[in-house]
Amino acid sequence: MENIAQDIAYFVPELFITFFAMVMLLIGVYKKDEEEASSVICALSSFVLIIGFVLLVLTVNRQAVIFNDLFVVDNFSIFLKSLIVIGALVGITMARVDFKGANAWRFEVPVLILLACVGMMIMVSANNFMTLYMGLELQSLSLYVLAAIKRDNEKSTEAGLKYFVLGALSSGLILYGTSLIYGYVGSLGFDEAKIALTAGGVNVGAMVGMVFLLAGIAFKVSAVPFHMWTPDVYEGSSTSITAFFATAPKVAAMGLLMRLLYDPLGSYIEQWQQIIIFISVASMIVGAFAAIWQVNIKRLLAYSSIGHIGYALMALAIGDINALPSLLFYLTVYLVMSFGAFGIIIYLRQDGRALEDINDFSGLYKSQPVIAALMAIFMFSLAGIPPLGGFLAKLYVFNSVVAAGYIWLAVVGVLTSVVSAYYYIRVIKVMYFEDPAQETEVVFEPFLKLIIVLSVIFVVGLILEPAFVSVYANDATYTLFLPTSG
Amino acid sequence: MDYPILSLITFLPLVGVAFIFFIRGEEQLIQKNIKLVALYTSLFTFALSVYLFLNFDSGSPDLQFVERYSWLSDLNIFYLMGVDGISIFFVLLSTLLVPICILCSWDSIKINVREYMICFLMLETFMLGMFLAQDFLLFYIFFEAVLIPMYIIIGVWGGPNRIYASFKFFLYTLLGSVLMLVALLYIYNVAGTTEIAKLYGLGLSKDVQILLWLAFFASFAVKVPMWPFHTWLPDAHVEAPTAGSVILAGVLLKMGGYGFIRFSIPMLPLATDFFVPFIMTLSVIAIIYTSMVALAQKDMKKLIAYSSVAHMGYVTLGAFSLNIQGLHGAMFQMLSHGIVSAALFLCVGVVYDRLHSRLMERYGGLSNNMPRYAMVFMIFMLASVGLPGTSGFVGEFLVLLGGYQASTMFGLLAGTGLILGAAYMLWLYRQVLFGELVHKDAAAMKDLNLREIIIFVPLVILVFWMGIYPAFFLDPMLPSLENILTLYKNGIL
Repeated sequence: MENIAQDIAYFVPELFITFFAMVMLLIGVYKKDEEEASSVICALSSFVLIIGFVLLVLTVNRQAVIFNDLFVVDNFSIFLKSLIVIGALVGITMARVDFKGANAWRFEVPVLILLACVGMMIMVSANNFMTLYMGLELQSLSLYVLAAIKRDNEKSTEAGLKYFVLGALSSGLILYGTSLIYGYVGSLGFDEAKIALTAGGVNVGAMVGMVFLLAGIAFKVSAVPFHMWTPDVYEGSSTSITAFFATAPKVAAMGLLMRLLYDPLGSYIEQWQQIIIFISVASMIVGAFAAIWQVNIKRLLAYSSIGHIGYALMALAIGDINALPSLLFYLTVYLVMSFGAFGIIIYLRQDGRALEDINDFSGLYKSQPVIAALMAIFMFSLAGIPPLGGFLAKLYVFNSVVAAGYIWLAVVGVLTSVVSAYYYIRVIKVMYFEDPAQETEVVFEPFLKLIIVLSVIFVVGLILEPAFVSVYANDATYTLFLPTSG
Repeated sequence: MDYPILSLITFLPLVGVAFIFFIRGEEQLIQKNIKLVALYTSLFTFALSVYLFLNFDSGSPDLQFVERYSWLSDLNIFYLMGVDGISIFFVLLSTLLVPICILCSWDSIKINVREYMICFLMLETFMLGMFLAQDFLLFYIFFEAVLIPMYIIIGVWGGPNRIYASFKFFLYTLLGSVLMLVALLYIYNVAGTTEIAKLYGLGLSKDVQILLWLAFFASFAVKVPMWPFHTWLPDAHVEAPTAGSVILAGVLLKMGGYGFIRFSIPMLPLATDFFVPFIMTLSVIAIIYTSMVALAQKDMKKLIAYSSVAHMGYVTLGAFSLNIQGLHGAMFQMLSHGIVSAALFLCVGVVYDRLHSRLMERYGGLSNNMPRYAMVFMIFMLASVGLPGTSGFVGEFLVLLGGYQASTMFGLLAGTGLILGAAYMLWLYRQVLFGELVHKDAAAMKDLNLREIIIFVPLVILVFWMGIYPAFFLDPMLPSLENILTLYKNGIL
């Protein structure tokens, strides 16, 4: 019993958020007025996430493997969990603005975001294939419902169904892969798997299992060729939900992938490296070229996120653990840039309706000069033009790729980034070089404003002090390879 | 000097940006105040850079006013600024041209004055930072950041085909510079630093140097622009507003030449040696071919744009002659072209503001009703042709001298370009200013007003100053250029 009490101390942030998610479900059920219930729940869940974040920060530098080696707490997982919690917080704030007045507001939205958040936190802390799968499913099931939350909207329901069917398939792939690895290793623990796989040389059965596992996770990060769901789901879901999809789950799945590849599958580096190189290059190319023809801003950002995952995967593809800080750096900057870009889309209204088409943005700078300028900054940053944050992120990743000797990969990366610059600056073209079609208004929402302002300060100011992120990223990956027994 | 004057000069325009951003009030008043703030900021920056020049020790090849601050500490990269004989004049050129640009758009820019001035001041910061950065990564950041304001300037305030031109400009130059980024990272991983002075003499093998050189070339050749990578330039020039063309021709084209002299030649000497015939050939083609293309133009801005490509051909020819006369000539030609082509675009801007046409056939006989304009235009036309006594002569003479020493054939071929240059410039001048006044609206145009005279006077003075007493400009460059040449020669031993 004493042992469990000790272990639980490391599990407080997750427990705390889960507990309040349940409480809020109860509040939602008993409150009669849905509008009132949702605003209470929204405020409360934001508050819970803030406390959760503080609890996370308090556990920094504490290393432990708890619950009979099922769950690992280290700086690496804390770094990723912080990003996830921030992503969930931003997601809830955006959802509040997005759903307000749209007559689709349900109190379940913040609760589901909280549960997804817990699922993701478990994913990045998993030290066992079973924990991994539980976290993954908690996350995925919450996200399926979120995608379809606008029940009376055809596109939203379609998105939810598509996401569910393909997501279930990928979960099946992960389970099947796990079972093959289990068949070879005889245990579900990461530590045992690592020992067995290292000792036994390359085994075909375990390798096939690994391929299935990677395919399933590639689906979760929407890497090519498992990306087909992304544009449809992004387009069909509400913009705020899309913003959430594009940020926190990507971070969680990438974190999971990093731990998986270097911890249990570390000795299969030559095998998985080929796969990751392929999906990285394919994601960069598809992300760059397929977005050119998009007319819907959310589809465009979907392809953009595929491309960005491709760049981030480059740091994994080179099979060099020294590249992992740059990957974390990239994820952080990508997260913030997405907050900004999606935040602005949600912030704008035309005739009380959200903007969907890229052409809706035409001449934006005439009616909303400041917002247009901010959007331009985010677009230039996503394109990776210096001196903005997106450039720094690319710089760190390209640097580790070149340092590992994969110059051809860096060349592919920079060339696709030029192609992708085309569609980012096309958004700027529409906003600045064309005449306005319609008057654009903004919604009044101080918290959303705050998110946009903080994001732009981060993106513009990062060049002055990149250590603001890189120190923590270095520290986080350093602990990933410490012996975690005890 | 115990305060960071270089950073002060570089980032002073951003202070102006902050002011402009917060100006509020009545519409008419705002516009006036914005213009005034922009003008004063840029004039003050110019004054500071003159002060810098007065304190500059022209006898020393070393970096001066060096500033070093910790920056990307985990990568061992510093914020490093410094000025030497090569960059000092580019700084002066940039700070001189920006107030001129602001003055020349005083009346012609009526919409979005705030954004326009913000773009110009940001552009000034990026240009100055690029010339002053002594760290490769810092240089690269400024080098590429220039694209942002320039893209917006062309796209928002440009002509009818501005969207095509701005996209072409952006993507062309971006494609060039990202390859340099990979080369930069490779060099960084070899040297462990990006401090430019420490990257000379790394002793890379010839094969590696050739690849790196090509990556640099992709970036600089597009900027210069060298034939056949020049096709973005006529489009960008034609569509950009007058001030955009001025800054593009005056400063942005110099980034390529500056890059060749600062990076390619001293950093990768073996590859430079290998590629000399290649560059020489491209330069001579640029000089002869684009001169001929210029002869066939109807649009004044396009003609001057092609003449820019030809004149930049002299720059690359001179730089890759790899002797002191050639390098001197290349540098001087860049400065001279910066003044003369900027002035020529301003001359086009003067009549464009009045008649809104750039076609030569819409004018003719302007010397009758605009004598002062005719005078000013003639001075710059002759400077562009390279008449002795003007700045153009000194630059072209030195380049031909250097080129002739390096290779008789290329020197001779480049010399023929002078004749073609005279042909198209004189033709342009005759079409626009001489002959009968056939168009009534053109005949009704007024001569230069006071603002326009103020714009042209400093440029006229400089053209003669550089033509009559070039040593004033050549001497401070000499130690730094000799330094570059020594690095090159040591590298190919």
